[in-house]
Parts: sequence; C-alpha cells; structure tokens
Amino acid sequence: MSFVDKFEIFQITAMRNPNEIVADALNAIHASPDLPNLEQVKAAYLGKSGQLTELLKSLGAMPADERKTAGARINEAKQAVEAALKDRREALQQAELDRQLAAETLDVTLPGRGLALGGLHPVSRTLARIQALFRSIGFEVATGPEIETDFYNFTALNIPEDHPARAMHDTFYLQSGELLRTHTSPVQVRYMQSHQPPLRIIAPGRVYRCDSDVTHTPMFHQVEGLWVDESVSFADLKGVLADFMRNFFERDDLPVRFRPSFFPFTEPSAEMDIGCVICGGEGCRVCSHTGWLEVLGCGMVHPNVFKHVDIDTERFVGFAFGLGVERLAMLRYGVDDLRLFFENDLRFLKQFN
Amino acid sequence: MQFPESWLRNLVNPALDTSQLAHALTMAGLEVEAMVPAAPPFNNVVVAEILSADKHPDADRLRVCQVDVGEASPVTIVCGAPNAAAGLKVPCARPGAILPGIEIKVAKVRGVESFGMLCSTRELGLEGAADGLMVLPDDAPVGEDFRAWLNLDDTLITLKLTPNRADCLSMQGLAREVGAITGADVRLPQVQAVDTRIQDTVPIQVSAREACPLYLGRVVRGIDAQAPTPRWMAERLERSGIRPLLAPIDVTNYVLLELGQPMHAFALSRLNGGIEVRMARAGEQLELLNGQTAELAPDMLVIADASGPVALAGIMGGLPTSVEKFTVDVFLEAAFFAPTAIAGRARRLGLSTDSSHRFERGVDFGATRRAMERATELLVDICGGQAGPITEAVAALPQRQPITLRLARLKRVAGIEMETDQVARGLAALGAHVERQDDRLIVTPPSFRFDLAIEEDLIEEAVRLFGYDNIPAQPPAAPSRMLPQDETVLADDTLRQMLVDLDYQEVITYSFVDPAWETALDADARPLPLANPIASQLSAMRTTLWGGLIETLRHNLNRQQERVRIFELGRVYTSQAKQPMKLGGLAYGDGLPEQWGASSRRVDFFDLKGDLERLFGHPLDTRRGTHSALHPGQSAEIWIDGRAVGWIGALHPRLVQAFDLPAVPMLFELDSQVLSQRDLPRHASLSRFPLVRRDLAFVLDVHTPAGELLTALHEVAPGSVQSIDVFDDYRGKGMAENQKSLAIRVVMQDTERTLTDQDVEDAVQKLVSAALRQCNAALRA
Repeated sequence: MSFVDKFEIFQITAMRNPNEIVADALNAIHASPDLPNLEQVKAAYLGKSGQLTELLKSLGAMPADERKTAGARINEAKQAVEAALKDRREALQQAELDRQLAAETLDVTLPGRGLALGGLHPVSRTLARIQALFRSIGFEVATGPEIETDFYNFTALNIPEDHPARAMHDTFYLQSGELLRTHTSPVQVRYMQSHQPPLRIIAPGRVYRCDSDVTHTPMFHQVEGLWVDESVSFADLKGVLADFMRNFFERDDLPVRFRPSFFPFTEPSAEMDIGCVICGGEGCRVCSHTGWLEVLGCGMVHPNVFKHVDIDTERFVGFAFGLGVERLAMLRYGVDDLRLFFENDLRFLKQFN
Repeated sequence: MQFPESWLRNLVNPALDTSQLAHALTMAGLEVEAMVPAAPPFNNVVVAEILSADKHPDADRLRVCQVDVGEASPVTIVCGAPNAAAGLKVPCARPGAILPGIEIKVAKVRGVESFGMLCSTRELGLEGAADGLMVLPDDAPVGEDFRAWLNLDDTLITLKLTPNRADCLSMQGLAREVGAITGADVRLPQVQAVDTRIQDTVPIQVSAREACPLYLGRVVRGIDAQAPTPRWMAERLERSGIRPLLAPIDVTNYVLLELGQPMHAFALSRLNGGIEVRMARAGEQLELLNGQTAELAPDMLVIADASGPVALAGIMGGLPTSVEKFTVDVFLEAAFFAPTAIAGRARRLGLSTDSSHRFERGVDFGATRRAMERATELLVDICGGQAGPITEAVAALPQRQPITLRLARLKRVAGIEMETDQVARGLAALGAHVERQDDRLIVTPPSFRFDLAIEEDLIEEAVRLFGYDNIPAQPPAAPSRMLPQDETVLADDTLRQMLVDLDYQEVITYSFVDPAWETALDADARPLPLANPIASQLSAMRTTLWGGLIETLRHNLNRQQERVRIFELGRVYTSQAKQPMKLGGLAYGDGLPEQWGASSRRVDFFDLKGDLERLFGHPLDTRRGTHSALHPGQSAEIWIDGRAVGWIGALHPRLVQAFDLPAVPMLFELDSQVLSQRDLPRHASLSRFPLVRRDLAFVLDVHTPAGELLTALHEVAPGSVQSIDVFDDYRGKGMAENQKSLAIRVVMQDTERTLTDQDVEDAVQKLVSAALRQCNAALRA
C-alpha cells in the first residue's frame, strides 16, 4: 500500500496518527460483509463524529505553521478511506448481483409455454400455392356455387343432354333436379356473364363425382383457369401451363408434353403430361411405367361457350384449363393414398404443418 | 378399344416399331392405355406330332415318345403328361429353347435320353387348361415354328379413345388415322359383292325416319351355323377382347371391329312378318340377348315384327329371334341410327354394348352397304348358304356441309404459322374433301367424322397433325395491370392462417353427410337429399359444419388423440340459391397442450370466445340463446352489427352421449363473411393529457349478465371514457347467495385538457346511477 509509506514522512505530534486510523478503517472496510455494515463503517470514520472528521476538527487547535501540513495529511487519509469504501461497495454490489443472478437461473432447456400451432390442410396449402403462382402473372380468383344447375354445369359448356361426354362425369343429382358441380368450369360461364374481356381468372373449389374407390373420392378439388383476350393462342396456353408446372414443382427442367384430347368446351383440346416427378421418367408404379403423369386438361375455349355468354368469337379468343388439386398435392408431397385427404387423421394432417 | 397390332399392320405398316407406333398414336390423341404381348417370350418351340408313346421302362408315370418335329428322323422325348398319346399334335420345345422360367437341354430322364420337352399351355405362359399337353388342331403344320404359326409375336394394344373419335372404333378407321399421322400407305379391306342367288326379302318399313335414316336388310338361306370360325378370325376377335361364339355371330362381330358397322343377324324363321323400325310403345318389353328383360320407353328405338319388338335398335338384339346352332336362314341387318336416338338409352337400362357405344358416337352412314356386303361375303364363305338381294330403306341422311378454314384464324388460335399445302394434305389424308381458295380452305368432312362441324374443329385437326409438341410454349405478353387489393376484405387464406396461429388444425370434410346427424344437431334442419348418393351416411347436403367436425373428432379419438382443435372453412347448403360459406370450429380436451409450466385444465366456453375475439379483433357481442345442439347454459348467439351471425357453446350433453364422446367438445360456427369484413384503419390524434383510471365494484344479482351492465354503462358514458372492462367476477364468501360482484375498470382521458377531479367524479356518478337504475347494481361498500 503505497500511501502508507507516504504518511511516514510526516511527523506526528499532538493528534492521533492518521496512518493508524487509515489502517483501522481499511481493515474494517475489508471485513465489512454487506452494504448496510459498510455504511456504518463509513459513518465511523467519515461521519459527523467519525474519527477522521474529529481529527479535522482538531486542526483548529494547532499552530498555524503545522496546521497546513497536518490538514493535507488528514485529507489524504480521508481520500484513501473513501477510495477503499468505493471499491468495497462496488465489490459488494457485484457479489449481490451475482448472487441474485445465480438464484434466478432457469433451466433453459425446458420447453416453452402456451398454445401449440395448428396447421393448414394439405389441400389448402396446395391451393394457396397454385393461387399464388397464378396471381403472380395477373390471374384473379373467382368462385361460384357448388350446387349447380344443369345449364351451367353442362349446357353452357357445350355438353348437351345425352352427350357421351356426360357419361365421363358421374354426376350427383339432388332430388330437386339440381346437381353437384362435376368441375369448376361453371365458374367460367358465370364469370363471363358478369365480366367483359379481357379477363384472366382461376376458379378453385370443391367438385363432386359419383365415384368412390382407391383412386377416387366422391369429392375433390379443382382449379379452373381461363384467359380471354384479343390474342391468346395455343402457344400461350402451353407457355403458361409449362411455366406453372415447373414453378409448382420447382423444377426448371421438368419435361412437359401436350397431347390432343377431347373436352366439349374446348377446341382444340389437350391433355398435359409432366415427366414423372416420382421416378424422374425412369418408369414406376405411379406413372404406370410410362415416365409421364397426366396432370391436367386444357384447350382453346369452344366458340359455343362464348356464344352462350355473348362474347364475340371473331374478336376474342381464349384458353381454359382444369387441374386436380389432390393429384398435384400427392405428387408434390409424396402422398400415396387419395383417401387420406378426407379422413382428417391428425397424424396425417400435422405432417404438413 | 383393344386390338392386335398385327391386324393394324396388315392394313397400314408404318416404319415404326411397336413403341414408336404407340407413341405416335398417343401424341395424335389416340391415347395408348396398355400394351400387352400376345404371349410371353419363349423360343425354339415347334409344332410336333407324337408318333408313339410307350411306357418308360423304369417309371410308371413317364412315357417315352417318338416325336416328329419336321426333321428327317423323329426324336425321343420323355414326357410325364397323362394325355400324351400317339397321333396328337403338340408344341415341342427343342434343346436350347428358353421358356418362361426354364431352359431346355438334352437330359437323361430315369436313364432315357430326352431331346426336348412337350409343352402344356402353362409351360408356355399361355392361357387355357393347364392339365396335360396343349393339344393342337389336326391341321397344324408339323415342324413349323409355334410362335409364327399362332402369330404370337403380336401386341395387344388398348386405346383410350375420346368420345369424339368414333371413327377410330374400327380397324379401318384406325388404319386411316395412322396413315394420316405417319404418311404410310393404307390398304383398306377389299370387299367383294356376293352374287345374289335367291330373291327372298323381308319387307322393311321405317316409321321412325329421323332416328333411322338408313336400314339395310338381307336374307341368307341355307347356312351351317355350326361351321367352325376360321382360326384367323377367331384370333382377331379374341385379341380384340371378343369371345368367338358361333360363326354367324362371329362374322357380325368381325365386321363391327373391322369396319365399325354394328350388325345384327336374326333367325329368319323366328321373325313374324315384316320388319318395322319404330319407337317403342309404352308398356312394351323385350327379352334381350343377355337374358335381361328390358322395360321399353317411348324414346327407345326398336326393330319390331308383327308380334312386337325383336331388337333394341343399335343396342342389343332380342333373345327369341337370335341366331342359334341350328339356325339355317338368317336376316342380316346393317343400319344407321342417329346418335341422338341411341344416346343415353343403353345407360338407362344399365347396358353398354359395342353397338351402342358406336351408334351413340356416330357410325359411318356412307359405308353401310359395304359392311353388308362384307358380312355376307364372310358368312357365305364360312357357313355356306345363298344370299338374297339387299333391301334398303333410306330417308334423310346427315349432311356434311363445307366448312371454311381461314389460315389467318388458324395462325391466331394456334399461335404459329403453318404451310397451307401441308394443312390441305393433312385434312385430305383424314378423308375430307379439300378445296383451296386464296387464303382459305373449303373443307367437306367425310361421312365417318361426326366431330367436324366448325372452323375450330378443323384447326384442331390441323394442329393435331402438325403435332402439339411442335407448337412452341411461349410466355404470353399481356399488359401489366395490377390486381385490385381490397384492404377491407380479409382473404380466406389469411383467416385460415389466423386460426392456425390460434392452434387450430384445418380439416376438410365431405359436403354430404348422414341426414340423421343433421337432424340430431338441429331438429329443424331439412338437409337436401341426394338422388343418387354413394352411401346412406353421405346422402344429404350438410346444413352445418359441426357434423363433419364431430365425426373428425371421433375418428381421431379412436386413434388416441386426446386434444383435438380443428376448424373447417366451407359451404353449407340449404338450396341452390343459398350456399353460404361458414367457419366452424371444435375444441376438445385440454385448453393447453400438456406441459410442465401450466396446470392442466379442460378447454371451456371462454377459451373459444377468446379465440373468436382475437379473430375479430374486438370484444364479441354474445347473447344467451337456445340451439338444440348446444348446452342451454353454456351457449350463446354471436351478434355483429345488429345481426345474429353464428353460435358458440358446449355440445349438448344429450348429443355427447348420442355420439358416444368421453367428454364435451366446445363448438363454434359463424358466417365467414362477417369475419372477412374489416374496417379501413383511420388515425385519430393522440391525447397529450393524463389518463385517469377508476375501479368500481358493483354488487348485483347473479343472473344479471355482465353484458347487460356493460351496455348500461356504455350508454351513459361521457366522451372522455375510453374503455369500460370487467376485470373480476366474484361470488361466494362475503357475498349473499344470489349475488355476485363485478369489478369494472373505467379509463378516462380527454384529448383537449386534463380532466379535473370534478369531471371524473361526475362521470363516475353517471355510471353508478345508470348501473343502479338499469341493473339494480349497487356500488360495493
């Protein structure tokens, strides 16, 4: 302690040696166990009647020539004690904080508290993805009723009564004679009745077919798409759908092909295949060893459909498509049984959360 | 439609292997659904004749045979088949032959050297009886390669034809199509008119002339119906999926496959007088070939004789007049029935026949006579007999109008320019008559195409022949217009996500339900019944989402899930005009997932109400009400803007029991539209003056709802009152039996000035006196 050496150069006369007081004070400070005690120690040396305070008071009785030297010595002693008090106070505060922190320590590996998180049904998740992709190129979402009339589901779509194409739609009928829509195509008709071209919509929703086995459920989901403008062509149709499939599956190199097909409401009509996303085109059970998967039907809007909604077939052309949502969800997420979607087993549903 | 590749190649033989041919068909719109080899691969099998079959010296069950395999000297083969006998012709696998699963070598069998194996159908992987050796007909040529002799290097191709391509429902039509696709030469079947030897006819009267514009009949007398059907014909029939029955019937079936013309042969002796083609009369019946008795309707076309209907025109013949083994004289029919006169009738009778399938889609009315000649030729060749003249009744046949195809329009629809000559050649190859006029083609479709009526139909044909794959896939150019974004409407996806964040799992349940459940949940429900449900528990349209949610709960409880929180966003159905979107939810089990940091408690009414308030973003106006599915003391009607929009509550104990649930689920359902309607945020200036808080405790009757008190307070609250909230509901110790204490927090703040003590006192006085007046609620001492 360097300041102790310094005191030794002073001659001690009438008063008590400040060095001794400092030494006592330092001992008391270091021995002080807590902050309240430290305050008592402080009072004993620096308080109103503390030892160093008393010493200062005694200066008045000294001869003038000694008073200055002695005063300086006492002040130095005071500073030394104050510094020691400060150090000790900080040390005690730190120790107190450390104790508090130690006492408040949690087992941070325990799980968090509160509600869990739910999840979207995989069909909703897939629908949201399909909608987001089509919205990104300007398709609006349109909806329509699920109990439909014969007119909207068939007649307006160029499927007259007793047309063999109706046999392809195993239709549920209500006892009232109305029916459950077999596709979301009626939304096309309703939308074109109330909107003028140019128009670009997709129509997602539930559809119904009177069929139930390993690969069919009586209810499933479709997304219908329609683009009508003065110049949209089959080449555009191919462009949009190829773009969609590649983005949906996030595979820039996904092979696609279009085959002629037949739908009464489109002409020319096509089926679109994509390279099997399960086996990569090598051939597997899912693609019946062809390397191709049939994923949607599409075509140029049949003039008879336009005629039903008073759209000028010379001025406007358009394309339409319809895709099965469960089929895309199965391919995207590797679901191997269609029926799982409607059993709503939480163990299945939570796999998509 | 199934057919053997060899038959097609007999008519048109493009330089493509089987899989290339299949690909070409698929890419032209005739989708190849399956390709199956006629026989599994094997080789080195010849037609052989057993010359002698002697008992094996050392084995009772084996025979040592001398077999003629077409070589200079017979070979010795040891055989274990019980039917091995001298004189039989059988397939013989020579040493080195590879059969399905085995390789044949020269080997000693119990000390006798055997040079090959005599085969059963099973050893060759063929269909047929497996017992013993496969016995070949006497005329089988000894020494000939077995596969070649039976034409086994063949593929059975199945096409999935779309309903517009009726013209491809015959080998002739397919050949024509393949010729157009590949450019290969087509050799259509040659038909020789048979000489008329007799003059017998049956009078034909067509009364339904629109339904039957063309009817041809012909008498053939003196046939041997039991004459064997030639092997080539039987093979083609079988490989096309038709079982050979009796030669005259096989002939009509063959013509149907070859030329696409459905035909019928009547036993002439069973016909009573002349033929009339007419609509059925109410109450008439007909026993059909398949044994079924059809109740005929007045829109069904029939072939009748003097005693009544003898055939359901274009669908199926009648049993009493059908050709049998001992039939000697037949009456052959080839007709054109209008598709609209046939369509749907077979389906209504639960039938689907090769004939109705074709007539519904359109049969070539320009080739009826050719088919009649072809059938007569084959019948007389096989069964003998003498043909009479063809009797024909003809009315107005469909017309094929010329269609204009503008090449500019073709380019606009297809998105690519095509050579005019190429388009014209392609359409001509399809059988159309094509005339070129400047920038357009005038195209008259052939009689066998029922799907070419307008310009777009020709565009499809042109694009199809050009190849869909040869059209580029181009990203369309469109004006960049932004989509409208209505900020006051919450998207369904956002709503779903909010529920997900509130720990609900989305489910999707069927829109049709068990009607018994519907009425159990709501005694007044009148669910719309389906006319043709697939099952009784899926036979009516749902009027609430709760049935599906409870069913889902049960399904998961059976799979040991103990906490179930689910929602569905979907429609309910009360009529075609009313199919509103609803949001339904169900919570069952613990309020929180089991965890160390919170005590276990079952989910209750206020948990659900809180979830809904978070969805709405504001406190809910819920009022006591009665719903037959809900606990009367724990249910409420949800009100928004003065309108009841849904329900929330605990499932009624009666239903908890009826649905066999171990505990009570909490439910809610409301119009989703009220949830999606949001206000556009509007800024109001913030007060710079201090807030004042006053807590008031009211004592009131336990049966007075808190909502009533809050309403009374809100009604008189001055403008400086920012909020009035309940923060405690106390009953029990210190309170009278029928009383409770509600603690209310009132927060006041003025935007203009600091509220004085007097302001606050006045406001509190107003609130307190309103509480007393309206709800008999006194300030707690």
